[in-house]
Amino acid sequence: MSGARNLSNALRRARVPRPRILVRHALVQSSATTAIRTFSVSSTARADKTIKYTSDAYPNVKRNPNFGEVTADDVAFFKELLGSQSAVVDGVTTDATDDIEPFNSDWMRKYRGHTRLVLKPQSTEEVSKVLKYCNERKLAVVPQGGNTGLVGGSVPVFDEIVINTSRMNQIRSFDEASGVLVADAGVILEVADQYLAERNHLFPLDLGAKGSCHIGGNVATNAGGLRLLRYGSLHGTVLGLEAVLPDGTIVDSLSTLRKNNTGYDLKQLFIGAEGTIGLITKVAIICPPRPKAVNVAYFGLESFEQVQQAYREAKGQLSEILSAFELMDGRSQRLVHDSTGNKYPLEGEYPFYCLIETSGSNAEHDMEKLESFLEHVLGEGIVADGVLAQDETQFQAIWRWREGITEALSHLGGTYKYDVSIPLPELYQLVEDCKQRLTEKGFVGDDDSFPVRAVVGYGHMGDSNLHLNVAVRQYNKEVEKAIEPWVYEWIQKRQGSISAEHGLGIAKREFIGYSQNDTMVKLMKQLKALYDPNGIMNPYKYI
Amino acid sequence: MASGLRILVPIKRVIDYAIKPRINKAQTGVETAGVKHSLNPFDELSIEEAVRLRERKGPLKVENILALSAGGPKTPDVLRTAMAMGADRAFHIDVPDSADGGPEPLTIAKLLKGVVEKENINLVLLGKQAIDGDQGQTGQMLAGLLGWPQATQASKVEVKDEAGTVEITHEVDGGVETLRAKLPLVITTDLRLNEPRYASLPNIMKAKKKPLEKKTLADFGVEDTRRLKTLKVTEPPARTGGGKVEDVDGLVSKLKELGAL
Repeated sequence: MSGARNLSNALRRARVPRPRILVRHALVQSSATTAIRTFSVSSTARADKTIKYTSDAYPNVKRNPNFGEVTADDVAFFKELLGSQSAVVDGVTTDATDDIEPFNSDWMRKYRGHTRLVLKPQSTEEVSKVLKYCNERKLAVVPQGGNTGLVGGSVPVFDEIVINTSRMNQIRSFDEASGVLVADAGVILEVADQYLAERNHLFPLDLGAKGSCHIGGNVATNAGGLRLLRYGSLHGTVLGLEAVLPDGTIVDSLSTLRKNNTGYDLKQLFIGAEGTIGLITKVAIICPPRPKAVNVAYFGLESFEQVQQAYREAKGQLSEILSAFELMDGRSQRLVHDSTGNKYPLEGEYPFYCLIETSGSNAEHDMEKLESFLEHVLGEGIVADGVLAQDETQFQAIWRWREGITEALSHLGGTYKYDVSIPLPELYQLVEDCKQRLTEKGFVGDDDSFPVRAVVGYGHMGDSNLHLNVAVRQYNKEVEKAIEPWVYEWIQKRQGSISAEHGLGIAKREFIGYSQNDTMVKLMKQLKALYDPNGIMNPYKYI
Repeated sequence: MASGLRILVPIKRVIDYAIKPRINKAQTGVETAGVKHSLNPFDELSIEEAVRLRERKGPLKVENILALSAGGPKTPDVLRTAMAMGADRAFHIDVPDSADGGPEPLTIAKLLKGVVEKENINLVLLGKQAIDGDQGQTGQMLAGLLGWPQATQASKVEVKDEAGTVEITHEVDGGVETLRAKLPLVITTDLRLNEPRYASLPNIMKAKKKPLEKKTLADFGVEDTRRLKTLKVTEPPARTGGGKVEDVDGLVSKLKELGAL
């Protein structure tokens, strides 16, 4: 029976143009091997365009002359230390250009470094020894997980050594009663979630790149993702960490306790530090039980006013079962439609779309709440039209209209991405203003003579988090100048954040002043100097 | 003969196709408690096709689309889905839930024959199989019992004229075969027939007001007799997974270990 079922599954999948799983695997780069594969695929597709070196794109960033240069002796030391051949990708004493390229550049093809050495330690002790050596020799390093970041934080700028966590990929323990998972930094998010699924639990973080991002990287960048609304940020769910400081000190704060008021909560420093004061090697995180009933609805709305109204109603009526409230504008959905060829879920086209997900423990209760909510928003005319997923296939298909935006954009050329947090009433105004500004400057148009293809907005409405994306036919300094720093000034005026969940990396580094005052930046610099006096950890980025 | 199409769409509530079924502890069938159920994918196609026949405004007007399902207390869920997609009314035939896929195809075929006669149906559109039992017999048995023509595994259905001539295309090894028959007719649906629509919110609301009648097998003079007895259900032997080697040296030593080198 199950054989026939699989066959019918396979047949049915053939009907659906892009199953979620395949999209994930094509989009993302998981372990080193897939990274290479993905890279070579995309490079043949766009072989004519090589990625510009970050050092050329940011000519005012100069290599720190205090840093040492990697020598053959250093490589020999690391080979000796890490033992196995696959732990060192050596571009110093051998020609390893092709092998090293995936570690040097990011998946958006926006940033590219000059590293000639990649290390893949397998244990905390190895990381400690590597960092201690680098600190003594003043060799700069870049911690790297799945390399799915959006601000160039995980790739080198100059010749920093890449320390990749992909070989630290063991799940250490899971306690069914408390729901606490302890795992290595290099465990892939989706792998961790599948492990938890078998034990009826859920990783409290979910994001589009889950098939390749590492949980260590997620914590280091304090990733937000799709379910933050429900499960909160990593600052709350991460109970303990193990990290290595640049001098080799192992910081063992791997507590699995929910409550622990003994001294400064130092682990919080590493969450969102983007590897600038230490390298996270293990994570203890509290995981909620996997919801038994999940429903998803997709709406079309006529105005942003109504989107806000729908959100208010959803919070009021769905309160404890609401697990996601996502906003997508009409243009973003058109891009997904153009790139996937999938049929729109709704008949007509609308300027705004929302995706609502509920997660609960009792399907009937949830359905009752959801239906009365749907009846209300439809009856009151808040929502113009909508669909409710009737089965798992439709559930996944609807999520693809939200999760597929990033991928759709990447098929169409470059994207200037701004991940911002703005008070809710003005959330979408930024997209309107940006579009108007670029249109007035004559950048936006339908044919190849215009650099900008579209200005789109989407994001996590529930977290007041908007992704402003400017899809360009190729990266263009003129366009960039028209957007920056205008967009940051716009956000500053409204006391927003210039980087809600993507972090600073190299892309947002010089703009931190728009969201943090001088005192805050000074305190951050003091911390950095205290734990990383030689400044070897992920230099040229963050602050 | 036919003044309009009166379509019967029999459907089934099954474990969602995207969910991996597990065998119950007693090894009598698959675990159904607490598992997500939805409409059998092939039945989704037959409802969609019935609705499209109406929307296409062909030579024969669709008078009525009746959705029918036999099953336990949760069966109305899928009937509401069918009505949200466009069926006009529904019959719920009350049959107790069971782990073995419910009544046998012959029982269902006899039931459907009763419904066809009582409701004056002239076209039965049904999925070629349900993904739980995978028997794929009901449509053919029904055609046999009624003495009607049948077209199985349709990938295209076209009503040609007012006299009720219908052309059906289905895929065969190495090509396609086009059949022509006259109403009344039994058609079973296959995957390439269409792409089912989403149930829109306004239609879900409307579906709540559409008539759903509860009936029993006895109403149609049928008894749930079983000719087959399920002795045991077991999983296929687990596939032993591949191993991962660290590097070339690891691969070479592994190959040597296995005697391949």
